[in-house]
Amino acid sequence: MVNDAIFTINHSLLTHNTNYLAERLINIVTMLAQQQHNIKLPEGSIEKETTTLNVGPTHPATHGVFQNIMELDGERVVSTEQTVGYIHRAFEKLAERRPLYQITPITDRLNYCSSPINNMGWHLTCEKLLGVSTPKRVDYLRVIIMELARISDHLICNSIVGVDTGAYTGFLYVMQYRELIYEIYEEVCGSRLTTNIGRIGGFERNFTNTAFTKLEKFLNEYPKVLKEFENLFARNRIFMERTQGTGGISAERALNYGFTGPNLRAAGVDYDVRVHSPYSSYQDFNFTVPVGTTGDNYDRFLVRNAEMWQSLSIIEQAYQKIQEFKGADAEVYHADVPEYYLPKKEDVYTKMEALIWHFKIIMGEIDMPKGEVYHAVEGGNGELGFYLISDGGRTPFRLHFRRPCFIYYQAYPELIQGGMLSDAIVTMSSLNLIAGELDA
Amino acid sequence: MALTNEYIQQKLKEKFGDLVYNFEESFGMLSFEAPKDQNLKILQFLYDEDSLQFRFLTDLCAVNYPDDAGRELAVVYHLHNLTENIRIRFKVFTAVANPDVFTASQLFSSANWMERETYDFYGVNFVGHPNLKRILNVDEMDYFPLRKEYPLEDQTRIDKDDEMFGRG
Repeated sequence: MVNDAIFTINHSLLTHNTNYLAERLINIVTMLAQQQHNIKLPEGSIEKETTTLNVGPTHPATHGVFQNIMELDGERVVSTEQTVGYIHRAFEKLAERRPLYQITPITDRLNYCSSPINNMGWHLTCEKLLGVSTPKRVDYLRVIIMELARISDHLICNSIVGVDTGAYTGFLYVMQYRELIYEIYEEVCGSRLTTNIGRIGGFERNFTNTAFTKLEKFLNEYPKVLKEFENLFARNRIFMERTQGTGGISAERALNYGFTGPNLRAAGVDYDVRVHSPYSSYQDFNFTVPVGTTGDNYDRFLVRNAEMWQSLSIIEQAYQKIQEFKGADAEVYHADVPEYYLPKKEDVYTKMEALIWHFKIIMGEIDMPKGEVYHAVEGGNGELGFYLISDGGRTPFRLHFRRPCFIYYQAYPELIQGGMLSDAIVTMSSLNLIAGELDA
Repeated sequence: MALTNEYIQQKLKEKFGDLVYNFEESFGMLSFEAPKDQNLKILQFLYDEDSLQFRFLTDLCAVNYPDDAGRELAVVYHLHNLTENIRIRFKVFTAVANPDVFTASQLFSSANWMERETYDFYGVNFVGHPNLKRILNVDEMDYFPLRKEYPLEDQTRIDKDDEMFGRG
């Protein structure tokens, strides 16, 4: 029957009878609808002027478990409502039953694109509460690891923005260089994504020579690639057209929405935790804080890009400083705090005191001092804060994570309102939302 | 003039007198308390006052103290003055039987979801909130899981029939 109808249309095309054509088309649609009795449109859906579109939670373009129920007028976004919490794992509740060292693996699973920053942030929080001060070499080693993590975080975010604007090659290309970073993690702590790197007071083991060789390889190879990556995008006409003027926010609104990190800096506010409240000896390094002006997707891209160059420079400085340590200082990789830092394994087997400490630490039988502490670090996507309340017990009385992307994701409807649906997808990527952190 | 904790305390005392109390400094951060019906006035004062300008809400969360009768729930605000780079912590306490606290979401857009999260986990009812519903947990949940009365499952419990889980 349908073939018949199409033949009729073809025939009528030849006769240029357009009115007749339209009439036939309507007939075909009605006919097809009648054939498919199960199609039922909701009440009022013909009269409604906007379309409801469900984006996610597992749509490939959302890069994570995010659901948005959007009202669209044609291709323009009228409003959207986000649903979050699909991968909520009750970290704050779990943390109330664990000794401090067992909470580190939980922090891995917040922003898993830069787990080492979360780990270090947690160690620094504990050290603040416990009154542990770390040697300079430990601080510099931590800085190296944290800045590597920042580069890998920004690299993912920027290349994903590229993917969403139609440039897949950049993403695949830079993945090879993120691999070099992961190999360094692997050499230091044994794992790649959920790193559980470092311990309270320092690192679990010293950096091996292989680790430093791998670091050198990265420092040699990466700048050229980053330059190439930057050339692919920064002045690319298509990329600029897609990202400039979309997803923008003013500095006032950004501050009111609690933006932090590159997203806030792209709006023109030079707030960086590394500069404002330096931790892990960041005050010893020279670096600038890149800022944007419009807070749109393009500025966010540029800020992240510039930050990667700054991170590279920080890593080089830190590596330089580490090489300057001489004698016993050149081997230090943890603070001397037997109550919190596990003794060497050979001592555990041969010395009574080491055995006792080992047992007490592993079994979580160390009471921590009473107190309330808030400590923040500059995570990959903003200020990552740990609010830890201790009542003098062995586990935290309360631990709250200030997760940057949970706080700034609520601005998403305002960012995309009135824009195109395709820009909304780019905006979501360029905000650097990480579902693990958002849902905690 | 650099803003100091002493100055903030003095300013608050001048304005609110006995309505602000329990000032203490832990790890360099000034912390104080106020009655729960004063929270908006104090947040607004900290926001508007030229010499204070606490205009960035870093964090908002709740804490449950089950043994503190009449003050079981605390709502904790972390505020940040970005120009002077100084942080303060501000707490209001409420009884668990009547957990009404005014919402700060009109002053800080960022408070919207943080208050929803606090409601979700502790059941603090933020009066005047535009959309106070659960955010991370399912809507059907009928308890507030981060309160201390809901303990994590004990791994050593014996009342559970392990055979049902294939490990009898």
